[in-house]
Amino acid sequence: MVESKHKWKAWLYLSPAIVLLLIFTVWPIINTIRMSLLVDYSTIKETGGYAFDFGIKNFVRVLNYPKFLNCLKNTLLLCVLTVPLSTILALLIAVCLNAIKPLQRFLQTVFFLPYVTNSIAIGMVFSAMFNIIGNNIGSSTQLITTAGIINNIIGVFGVDPINWINAGSSYWANITVLVVYIVWDALPFKILVLLGGLQSINRQYYDAAKVDSTPRSRVFTKITVPLLSPMIAYVVITAFIGGFKEYSSIVGIFGDGMGPAGDKGRLNTMVGFIYDSLAASQEGLASAAALILFAIIFVVTMINLYVSKKKTHY
Amino acid sequence: MTEHVSMQEKNLQQVSAHQRIVKVAVQVLLYAFLFLMALTVLFPFYWMLISSVKTLAEYQLQIPTFFPRKIVFFNYVEAFQTANLGRLFLNTLYVGVVSTLLSLVITVLSAFAFARLEFKGKNALFAALLATMMIPGELFTITNYITVDTFGWMETFTALIVPFLVSVFYIYLLRQNFMQIPNELYLAAKVDGTSDLKYLWKVMIPLALPTLISITILKMMGAWNSYIWPRLVANKPEMRLITNGLRNAFTDANTQQTNIPVQMAAVAIVSFPLFLVFIFLRKYIMKGVSRSGIKG
Repeated sequence: MVESKHKWKAWLYLSPAIVLLLIFTVWPIINTIRMSLLVDYSTIKETGGYAFDFGIKNFVRVLNYPKFLNCLKNTLLLCVLTVPLSTILALLIAVCLNAIKPLQRFLQTVFFLPYVTNSIAIGMVFSAMFNIIGNNIGSSTQLITTAGIINNIIGVFGVDPINWINAGSSYWANITVLVVYIVWDALPFKILVLLGGLQSINRQYYDAAKVDSTPRSRVFTKITVPLLSPMIAYVVITAFIGGFKEYSSIVGIFGDGMGPAGDKGRLNTMVGFIYDSLAASQEGLASAAALILFAIIFVVTMINLYVSKKKTHY
Repeated sequence: MTEHVSMQEKNLQQVSAHQRIVKVAVQVLLYAFLFLMALTVLFPFYWMLISSVKTLAEYQLQIPTFFPRKIVFFNYVEAFQTANLGRLFLNTLYVGVVSTLLSLVITVLSAFAFARLEFKGKNALFAALLATMMIPGELFTITNYITVDTFGWMETFTALIVPFLVSVFYIYLLRQNFMQIPNELYLAAKVDGTSDLKYLWKVMIPLALPTLISITILKMMGAWNSYIWPRLVANKPEMRLITNGLRNAFTDANTQQTNIPVQMAAVAIVSFPLFLVFIFLRKYIMKGVSRSGIKG
């Protein structure tokens, strides 16, 4: 009696969530697959009564599209550069934090600070730091060139000023700025997770190593890293997923033109491509690109899980 | 014999002295590295603050000053007016509060059903929900954009609130929390004739309060930091949310030049509430974050 009463109650409690999920999660999954398989699909054409061919032509088009390939290249490059760099740096910082006593909590707080910031707003700060052109005063063409704070800092070490993000800057200068910003932005979460993992490692392992007077480097590679491996795997997987969806950090630094002045779109990413196609009412192409993105994330996650299963000690 | 022993002692003392020196050196290196990294992490915030109180002329010096010669605050006034920050604040607050409240109600009810009630297909449904977490949000955005347009919600706050009310991750987080509360409490309440909702309100919610606070903070921060979706569906100046309004407000449409001190003042204004949240509610954020891997 009570049980059957519960049954309809459970569905009643779940109903708001289920209704919203059906509209905004389940239907999009179905519809994205549908749109991706209708050649050159757009909602405007559909309301006009246009009959679309069925097939995988959208995918072929996207994969042969130079713009998309450029986005894919940028996304992959940023992933390959930022994921190892931020993971290794976060691991170093977490291990050092775990090895000190005074000021540990204070420093932990400092390292977590970038997490609560707004990626676009702080991207604008990085953009200002790398910027080499001040405001125009008087005429609309007269530009005042400053060195920019980053150029001043590297100048101390004898490096010549570099045009980082302004018109005429090189692709690799742009990528460097993005890598610096993305790593800065990614550190807090990784340090938080890795430090949490380190603090939960049983002290006995270290005490045993001490008795055997094991060298520090061996303790690190034979105790710390293996016992921390589930956390490292977690951090790497989420970093790859985030990396493939990179978008707002580029908007933060370069604005929604996704590139330096005079070369818009140069730094566009896969997510950026999806939004551009959507804005151009090419929903078929956008859907195909979104499914390709999903496939890449899925495959990379599976590879990561497979590798970490072999290398992880639970 | 005694000589031999004292030699050994001396050696031991030397070894321990040596070890102490190494230990101190390692500690010094650790602190040096950590302070260097901490300075790097903090530098952009410092730069934002000092740039926001510089005059434009001082900001444009060939060699930037590390501490402003003259501290001025008119950049803040200008930032507030140029970007219409007051309006952006109110919009963001409205969207944030409404979506958080509705989201909490939906999350609590769903988590309760999954944690306490028995019904057919419960586990399958829960697994299906978790599976959707793997799909990148962009895949939903395309259709949701069309759906919002079909519903006539373009350029309304409804479009900013409704599509994101259900978060599978929050349901999952709260369900785990609810499961830790002993079932005996629920059965006892049933025997006493307490209704589900009263039990939820009087027992479950107070016990799960830390998780609910985490969800509230993350949800509010989400509204504060969201950019892509608001720009797509509500881009009219009077509907904009703070991040969207901020990005393009300070670039001159004709010359593409930016008044950076004013821009930095605006960034500081936007960052300030986040810092307050961080200082007072850090532990809740860390708790939610370490399990999500999702920013904002």
